Amino acid sequence: MNKLKNLSKYAATNIKCYGMVIVAFAVLYPMLQAGLISNKVSGLLIPICAYIVMAISLNLAVGFLGELSLGHAGFMSVGAFSGVITIACLNDGMPAPVKLLIAIIVGGILAGILGLVIGIPVIRLRGDYLAIVTLAFGEIIKNIINCLYIGIDDAGLHFSMKSANDLNLAGGKMILNGPQGAVGIEKISTFLAGVLLVVFALFVVLNLVNSKTGRAVTAIRDNRIAAESVGINITKYKLTAFIVSAVIAGMAGALYAMNFSTIAAKKFDFNTSILILVFVVLGGMGNIPGTIIATTLLYILPEMLRQFSDFRMLIYAVVLIAVMLATNNARLKDLRARVSAKLKTHKGLNAESGGKGDVSNG
Amino acid sequence: MCQMAENKDRMVPLPSKSIVPERDVDKTPILETHHLGIDFGGLTAVDELSIAVGRTEIAGLIGPNGAGKTTVFNLLTNVYAPTRGTIMLDGKSTARKTTDQVNRMGIARTFQNIRLFGKMSVLDNVKVGLHNSINQPLVSSITRLFGYSSSEKKARDEAMELLAFFKMEDMANKEAGSLPYGAQRRLEIARALATHPGIILLDEPAAGMNPSETSELMENIRRIRDNFSIAVMLIEHDMNLVMNICEGICVLDHGRVIAKGSPEEIKSNPKVIEAYLGKKKEANRDE
Repeated sequence: MNKLKNLSKYAATNIKCYGMVIVAFAVLYPMLQAGLISNKVSGLLIPICAYIVMAISLNLAVGFLGELSLGHAGFMSVGAFSGVITIACLNDGMPAPVKLLIAIIVGGILAGILGLVIGIPVIRLRGDYLAIVTLAFGEIIKNIINCLYIGIDDAGLHFSMKSANDLNLAGGKMILNGPQGAVGIEKISTFLAGVLLVVFALFVVLNLVNSKTGRAVTAIRDNRIAAESVGINITKYKLTAFIVSAVIAGMAGALYAMNFSTIAAKKFDFNTSILILVFVVLGGMGNIPGTIIATTLLYILPEMLRQFSDFRMLIYAVVLIAVMLATNNARLKDLRARVSAKLKTHKGLNAESGGKGDVSNG
Repeated sequence: MCQMAENKDRMVPLPSKSIVPERDVDKTPILETHHLGIDFGGLTAVDELSIAVGRTEIAGLIGPNGAGKTTVFNLLTNVYAPTRGTIMLDGKSTARKTTDQVNRMGIARTFQNIRLFGKMSVLDNVKVGLHNSINQPLVSSITRLFGYSSSEKKARDEAMELLAFFKMEDMANKEAGSLPYGAQRRLEIARALATHPGIILLDEPAAGMNPSETSELMENIRRIRDNFSIAVMLIEHDMNLVMNICEGICVLDHGRVIAKGSPEEIKSNPKVIEAYLGKKKEANRDE
């Protein structure tokens, strides 16, 4: 009986997460194919997928590792631009999905390497200090990419940090033009790819959390001294979680960039990091299904408020405050607990009369 | 279950400064310290500590508040690096090792103020203790392939076995932070035992317990020693418990050993009586 309960708690989160994504996909994809969705809305789908992946990634760092990372947009940025450079280097004859896959993988790997490089000094810090240092690294990444000039011609990649003229391109094309960012990106991201990436991120994070590594990471969050006393190498596991988080963020960045024809480094600034953090906090730290819902709603909300023009962000802020207050309201929490308790006893009775072998229901 | 118990054949003569010279237990020391000391700034918290604990001995570390008992535990687990002296665990020096490495060498501990992973389940707390005996690389953690389920099953079975040892198997899925106090203490010991130690350090295991819980704890400590054949070293203020189960006792005062010996010897030692009842004492320095 205990085994069933334990299994079902883990299974319930999985079913919620994958179920939500699959249902959303099953509803939206045929509509998209049939042209029932307006351009305005369909343009939001891929960014939403990218931000969901970002929020899942940040939730691993903030919710499960318990370290506030304020530079997550930096990893997204590295993934985005390395993805852009990758597809520019790839053969034109290659089919778009393959290109996209390679770009996402390269984006993930480079962000992961950066995660390692940044992680080694940062992970020794704790709490506020770690937050501030990641914030600084995020800004450094943004500023470096801001002054990168990269072009490609028959001779290969050209690289400069001064100006576009220093590249000495013989024909060819610019990939990254300093503050203007990447130009002339092939828009090869698709909604299908976005959903697949979300599923991939869910698969990695949910499995990780319920494993030896995940337990070690959560143990470090809950009580660092006790975790050390039972033989857990703190640095190793914090770094592992940080790098996995960075890889996923990089992949999201590559997907995101391939949805636009131009993208600049300033898109991935401090504000973006905070935006993702808001998704995570509102969805619940360590709560993956909540994060998915919060990201979707909060990404759509400002778009829905466009009719208010100048007052848009004001209303967005007010809604945000209202939601935060409501979700932390003790009475509402009480009510929710009572309702779910009622549902549970109801379900429990059903299960008892229904049969013993029913795992997913308990 | 216990890896350390297999190394019994190693013969190391017990140093003359052993806590108990004459005992009926295995005398090869699992843990020895030689002239151990630590200073915090100008303050000498522990000095000239030389003790040895036999492989299946139950040893007690007692002393008035602020005597430096917990500091000794923190030294033994390398939370603090000693200023002087050496610690030998199973014949190997623990110098320049980190706390987690020292645990892997065979010391497990509990804490005076309970430190559980409060938001994790009871079962997961013990599984975290089993961390280093679970063979599950990151790849199999993420993909759930390559021996994931067998390693998880093994961990689960062993964790349940440990919980059953403390009669806690029915609490396996509860949140650790929600357990009653006594159960939290037992869980902390179970988690420490899960790391397969050669010696377990218990920091005031009976603190806050009523007499019936304390007698249960005494029984448990004996069972731990007998079942896992490991050494137990405990800090305790409950003299009834200490005198009943400890085979060797070391008394600390102001960071120095003032007496070592069997419970009978300690009870009648004038220095000990003075330390506890006699002269004016300093207020609590550290605990």
